[in-house]
Amino acid sequence: MVTKHVIHPYIPNSAPEIKQAMLGEIGVQNVDELYADIPKKFLMKRRLNLPRPSSECKVRNHVTSLLSKNKSFQDMPSFLGAGCWPHHVPAVCDEIIGRGEFLTAYTGDTYVDLGRFQAIFEFQSMIGELVGLDAVSWPMYDWATVCGEAARMASRITGRYEILVPKTISPERLSTMNNYCSGIIELKSVDYDRDTGQLDLEDLKSKISTKTAAVYVENPSYLGFIESQGREISDIAHDRGALSIVGVEPLSLGILTPPGEYRADIVIGEGQSLGVHMNYGGGVMGILACRDEERFVAEMPTLLLTITTTKQEGEYGFSWWALPKRLHYESRERGKSFAGTNATLWGISAAVYMALLGPQGIRELGEAIIQKSHYAMKQISGISGIKAPVFDSAHFEEFTVNFDRTGKAVRKVNKALLKLGIQGGKDITKEFPELGRSALYCVTEVHTKDQIDRLCGALKSVVRRR
Amino acid sequence: MRRYHSAVWDEPIIFEMGQAGQRGHLVPEVEDQIKAATGTATSLLPASMRRKRPPKLPELSESEVLTHYMHLSQMNFGYDSGIVAGVGTCTMKYSPKVNEQMCRMPQFADLHPFQDEDTVQGVLEIMYRVCMWLEEITGMDEVNLLGGGGAHGVFTNVCMMRAYHKYTGELEERTEVIVPLLSHPCNPSAAATAGFKVITLEHDEETGCPDLEAVKAAASRHTACMMLTDPYDTGVFDKNVEEYVKIIHDVGGLVLLDQANANSILGVARAGDLGADMCQVNLHKSFSSPHGSDGPGSGPVGVKEKFRKFLPVPSVEFDGKKYRLDYDIPHTIGKTRSFLGNIQCALRAYAWILALGAEGIRDVAEVAVINNNYMIKKLSNVRGLSLPYAKGHHRMQETRFSWEQLKKDTGLGASDLNVRIADFGVANCFLSHHPWVVPEPMTPEPTESISKADIDRFCEIIHQLSHEAYTNPEIIRTAPHNCAVSRIDMSPTEDFKKIALTWNAFLKKKSRKRNDN
Repeated sequence: MVTKHVIHPYIPNSAPEIKQAMLGEIGVQNVDELYADIPKKFLMKRRLNLPRPSSECKVRNHVTSLLSKNKSFQDMPSFLGAGCWPHHVPAVCDEIIGRGEFLTAYTGDTYVDLGRFQAIFEFQSMIGELVGLDAVSWPMYDWATVCGEAARMASRITGRYEILVPKTISPERLSTMNNYCSGIIELKSVDYDRDTGQLDLEDLKSKISTKTAAVYVENPSYLGFIESQGREISDIAHDRGALSIVGVEPLSLGILTPPGEYRADIVIGEGQSLGVHMNYGGGVMGILACRDEERFVAEMPTLLLTITTTKQEGEYGFSWWALPKRLHYESRERGKSFAGTNATLWGISAAVYMALLGPQGIRELGEAIIQKSHYAMKQISGISGIKAPVFDSAHFEEFTVNFDRTGKAVRKVNKALLKLGIQGGKDITKEFPELGRSALYCVTEVHTKDQIDRLCGALKSVVRRR
Repeated sequence: MRRYHSAVWDEPIIFEMGQAGQRGHLVPEVEDQIKAATGTATSLLPASMRRKRPPKLPELSESEVLTHYMHLSQMNFGYDSGIVAGVGTCTMKYSPKVNEQMCRMPQFADLHPFQDEDTVQGVLEIMYRVCMWLEEITGMDEVNLLGGGGAHGVFTNVCMMRAYHKYTGELEERTEVIVPLLSHPCNPSAAATAGFKVITLEHDEETGCPDLEAVKAAASRHTACMMLTDPYDTGVFDKNVEEYVKIIHDVGGLVLLDQANANSILGVARAGDLGADMCQVNLHKSFSSPHGSDGPGSGPVGVKEKFRKFLPVPSVEFDGKKYRLDYDIPHTIGKTRSFLGNIQCALRAYAWILALGAEGIRDVAEVAVINNNYMIKKLSNVRGLSLPYAKGHHRMQETRFSWEQLKKDTGLGASDLNVRIADFGVANCFLSHHPWVVPEPMTPEPTESISKADIDRFCEIIHQLSHEAYTNPEIIRTAPHNCAVSRIDMSPTEDFKKIALTWNAFLKKKSRKRNDN
């Protein structure tokens, strides 16, 4: 069958007469001549097995009909977190990162892309305020990859090859760290207090040595509790010449002590909570900050954006090429990392978000989250057979819920909740077998009292059922 | 020549703006019953963890924040802003607007990666199908979407390659990775990150490709893999790829093919057919997902059947009725990042492939190659500009030129011209990764999205730059003239003492300097 060639709106020069004119200028008969360097045996002899071209209208109808099969937390209350959190994203954030000038730019350079450089400088500066450190990196892939980068950075700074990680770390972050460290840095696990979740300082002291490059803790932890021994942990690390690395959910820092104040040397975290939609997990962005000292900054693995001046008095300029020899772009295999295209657009959204919240907003938001999550724990714990949280500690945003005394598996509880139109917390029974049949729940500012009460009503009926 | 001037807003740093007490956003109310049940937030925190001083964030109204960042966006140059034909290796193309609308629907944007599979059947179907289509386009047996960018996909492949050698018990012996010097720097650095020793292959000055004898000499029982790139960032297609694959496979090594430059061969040739064991493609380059001012991007990896069992988790499976995520892969490397990948990029790629169809995809490649060779022709008589390597051969998606002669003649080189070019209202050019084996390099890439008229205009500007260098060099030396900012002092970049990565650091260093004086 002869089909009419489609002149596609995305390809200006696909009209046959334009193509032919350009081929003529090049001095060839047809496009095959341009592919002469590809050995004939490798040239495809058939058309790709893909659909026929579609109009914009058809594409939109098809894709939206698929998407309409999904249920977002707008359609159904969801209590999932585990490092990707449902928060309200202010309209101004979406407006700004929807601007084509930001959305469709790439590596650019100092003069054509001044705007994003300033936006990212402001992002870095505001992150610095939150975490209490003055050196902050360009946005990175996500928290998990930054775990790996921070471990390697600490190893380079200290010349040591062991990192102590808490047993309560997110399993996905630990797995990522393993891939970043395998064969070079050994990760050793430090136990926690079964009653409080807090890092077991005796176990830490027994494992730390002059081989230890750094001690890593998460605050709030993956399991939601607040680690209140930050200062003691940093001191123990420093006493043995090791560094202190702290991982954070940055939104907690409106009310929690910044890690810089409890002597963390490197602070990392997940920036998705700062004005980025979850995007099915694609809304993640890594944060990395450290002491503003040369031995630290010189080992940062990423692009570093510095403010500078111009020949015009009083005018600011920027360069994202600070200490370039660190980068693989300049030094190939001697670079500190391989990381390329990162998550800059989310960094711009985070800048807008932090600027919108301001000092008052970020404190009030932290207060709302901690009050709502504590209310949820209290109400859930009132249900016969359910314990929430598992740990006797303060929590922020996330907490563990144990179902052991109900005799029901988390998987079954969640399936029953779903029938009632509620997405329950993440099943962590396999991740933390020592916690029994437990789930990780998340409550943020977006959850209303009604939704929390509805969850409790549903849980009550689900666990009562035989 | 059309006139141009960038917006100039002289925008203050946000910390210099606003007034104490102003609000840009109100957070949701906490219901009174909740407050009564829990007590104050402070009472819920251990004393050691209560923040004592609020962070010094700016205090502005909502519309002031909007306008500030709107102004910054107006001093930025995206693909949507004008001609972006000079940025080689980046495959700058049109990102369809309809795809942005769909990404922003709550039924995608507000999904959580751990939701019950029954509530995400739509997005899982999209992921499943886009993987299938990418398998068809690359000729690989299975594709996984976890890679968070091209370099991250490359690293994910290196992790799988390492896991394979560990599985066969040869990892201790296989310590070397062979990488051509003309590959993207993420290749050797990903290998080094994974603990391998990098052996760099120089290329032949005439062909621009490694010498077959050199590859034979480098390959041994210590070879873990060779990390190939084809076509190269120079635009040259390396026709010896079949021989490389044979040499490396004969010594028990694997072949990883970097397909960041796949745009010119979509529907024309496939990584799998070329013999690659693993490859990655960049959805934010060839497959139209917008570059986001430097991400988030997406670098799905593709592997041959033999390596399926090492893929990261999860994979998307379909039993004929229901889509599900399979976390049970026997020898999986686990995760190289959290969650499922930048699925918004996969969604856009899905819609883009659907819109173009098989013949449109092939047209993408052909027109990209036509555009590039047309541009080469238009630039062939620019004074001071030359085209190194592979004389008489056509280039694929992009071209690495050299301003070496111009530099000799005028003292002005690629970096100087690259400041001046911004004065004409087009994006600056990509020059080259380091080391600059091509002296004074410039690497434009006019993708299939650029019209003939815009290529003509871009070429006219390149001619003008050369003309100015020979006739009015001062205008280049003092550039930029039409940008948002004047000539920037780049000296702090090499000196830690002058670097300020935050406003706070900037203020501290400024006052320290003042005190020193």
